[in-house]
Amino acid sequence: MSYTSETAEQVSSIAGDKYKYGFVTDIETEMAPKGLNEDIVRFISAKKNEPEWMLQWRLRAYERWLGMDEPVWAKVDYPEIDFQDAYYYSAPKSMEDGPQSLDEVDPELLRTYEKLGIPLHEQAMLAGVAVDAVFDSVSVATTFRKELAKAGVIFCPISEAVQEHPELVQKYMGSVVPYSDNYYATLNSAVFTDGSFVYIPKGVRCPMELSTYFRINQANTGQFERTLIIADEGSYVSYLEGCTAPQRDEHQLHAAVVELVLMDDAEIKYSTVQNWYPGDENGKGGIYNFVTKRAACRGRNSKVSWTQVETGSAVTWKYPSCILQGDNSVGEFYSVAITNNLQQADTGTKMIHIGENTSSTIIAKGISAGRSQSTYRGLVRMQPGAKGGRNYTQCDSLLIGDKCGAHTVPYIENRNRTAQIEHEATTAKISEDQLFYCRQRGLSDEEALSMIVNGFCKQVLQELPMEFAVEAQKLVGISLEGSVG
Amino acid sequence: MLEIKGLHADVDGTEILKGIDLSIGEGEVHAIMGPNGSGKSTLSYVLSGRDGYNVTAGSITYRGRDLSELNTEERAAEGIFLGFQYPVELPGVSSTTFLKTALNAVRRHRGEEELDAVQFMKRLRVHTKALNISDDMLRRGVNVGFSGGEKKRNEILQMALLEPYFAVLDETDSGLDIDALKVVAEGVNALRGPKRSMLVITHYQRLLDYIVPDYVHVLAHGRIARSGGKELALELEEKGYGEFVAGTEAA
Ligand SMILES: Nc1ncnc2c1ncn2[C@@H]1O[C@H](COP(=O)(O)OP(=O)(O)OP(=O)(O)O)[C@@H](O)[C@H]1O
Ligand SMILES: [Mg+2]
Repeated sequence: MSYTSETAEQVSSIAGDKYKYGFVTDIETEMAPKGLNEDIVRFISAKKNEPEWMLQWRLRAYERWLGMDEPVWAKVDYPEIDFQDAYYYSAPKSMEDGPQSLDEVDPELLRTYEKLGIPLHEQAMLAGVAVDAVFDSVSVATTFRKELAKAGVIFCPISEAVQEHPELVQKYMGSVVPYSDNYYATLNSAVFTDGSFVYIPKGVRCPMELSTYFRINQANTGQFERTLIIADEGSYVSYLEGCTAPQRDEHQLHAAVVELVLMDDAEIKYSTVQNWYPGDENGKGGIYNFVTKRAACRGRNSKVSWTQVETGSAVTWKYPSCILQGDNSVGEFYSVAITNNLQQADTGTKMIHIGENTSSTIIAKGISAGRSQSTYRGLVRMQPGAKGGRNYTQCDSLLIGDKCGAHTVPYIENRNRTAQIEHEATTAKISEDQLFYCRQRGLSDEEALSMIVNGFCKQVLQELPMEFAVEAQKLVGISLEGSVG
Repeated sequence: MLEIKGLHADVDGTEILKGIDLSIGEGEVHAIMGPNGSGKSTLSYVLSGRDGYNVTAGSITYRGRDLSELNTEERAAEGIFLGFQYPVELPGVSSTTFLKTALNAVRRHRGEEELDAVQFMKRLRVHTKALNISDDMLRRGVNVGFSGGEKKRNEILQMALLEPYFAVLDETDSGLDIDALKVVAEGVNALRGPKRSMLVITHYQRLLDYIVPDYVHVLAHGRIARSGGKELALELEEKGYGEFVAGTEAA
């Protein structure tokens, strides 16, 4: 029917074609020689002026990585990556000596972030959101640091944390995602360049949202950032993460690691709006997004909530997970994954229930258009000790057009008789009835579609903090949902 | 207001409307009755410009314009409203959001300023009160979990907000209890005026006791088989559609 192709077109304009972050910043950069070997690992470590223990950790990871194979179990298909054909370090030259304040940051860089809607100079900062901006391999600015320090919160580039807070980094880095964890995480451990570090002390409710904005600028450059968040007893933090990259014809690799550690009664809300360049309608270019994110709920009554809106990247491979070790700990995963054209997403979560009365909720919404493929892959495991464990999983797929695919791959392992696992899955096609109904009320095709898709995602989008919800809703192609009533 | 001449239309290659002539003047209310499957809903979709409903012959002129030039949403913005026989559910889309988006889309088209949240809510309140629509209904997804009667009242709410020039109400009375029927009829009557015309599709003369039509037409086999005043409805109620469904090709 004609409406399906029309609809598919609209989605493409919403989800892909009009990638407005595709510009390149013309800025002098310093780069490591192309390729990957032990010297590159040493080069990166030296650039960051790292202590010996950090270098040794990287080298162990690199050694390990050499003996590993790229995983092939995900339902994604891409040409073999030539790891020697990329740069592993790229930094704006003006950062060489390290700016002491925002006044010393290259104005071109500040303009880049402004174009992205992330003003870093003090006058225009987002109210109530502290931002760390990571440009290629380095953090270029972290805002509101003084205010945060007053509350005892540490929010800084991870490269700086290695220098300033080595005891925390040494204790926790790799404690959730060990350097030997998986192919991409191990690669990241060897060559990670920057990322954010957060420590929330006991009993502190972080006074503002923390946010990191990742930007890949250089061609042929991989981005390997590492984020470590430690929420001490009774603390709370809401953390946001955004990502974009220029429009380029070749693929670029992004392999990040995020580790969250939660003590007794701590809570972390981690939100992501991932809008890496998805490639063009023929699948040319785009980011390969291979990410390992994991939270360890070590303390009793701790709670972690992952919310993600994934619209970008050519290939996504990502399973933000929760290890529910502390009794009564809670894990949540809310996800919207939109794929279009030739995008592929294999994403989901793992909920590992170890402690008693642990509970988890998974709400995953996949929207596929064009010739894209979207897979939900989720593991729920109740360990023998997970007495009274509970999981509820809901996976909904929405198909737009008839050339795309949606797949649900649940893995359920229950080793405790008292644990309960519930799984629901639905697949629907966007209905012509719905579109006609909206259009009869005066909405354009595009408005109708964005309204319906947005309604489909509502359960997830309402989990996002206000500051991000707007951006995410626009990304999903929404106009007014949520602004009234 | 609306002039339909020699209208033939098909759906997926099957001819359903086989030559309809109908003229509706400003301020008039016409009722269409007729057996199941005679093409009443099809006519409403053709008037709304639904994809897949193709006019193969004849013409529709609306307020002096050839309707074939306009797509569905343009017709809606020009003041054509369809109250659905089976209102559609929009999960996750709150009624408030939906109504505001629709109203502002129409206002934009008409060159009027969009309403902000406060102005909109004020306007909405007036109508929800009159139609006995609860806040809970407004918060829920459009039509999601609504009872049959609630869905129909919701259609009238939309009509009242959008203030169309020409409204087609397709079996708005079916599924309504007697109290709801009165509420809906009051809602419709409140909108009657010298500048607004309506086409009311129904199976029951009962509705026409409340919404008194100027003309009644019988649609059978894709044609207007008979037209008359409101007393025709009474006659049909008594005799049924026997003489029309027999398949005799009335001239
Ligand atoms: N997509 C379609 N393809 C073929 N025939 C169709 C299609 N849609 C509707 N029809 C047929 O068109 C005819 C008219 O249907 P329509 O819904 O307009 O009837 P109606 O008068 O509204 O009936 P009711 O009183 O039951 O609501 C029916 O015979 C129906 O089966
Ligand atoms: Mg009908």
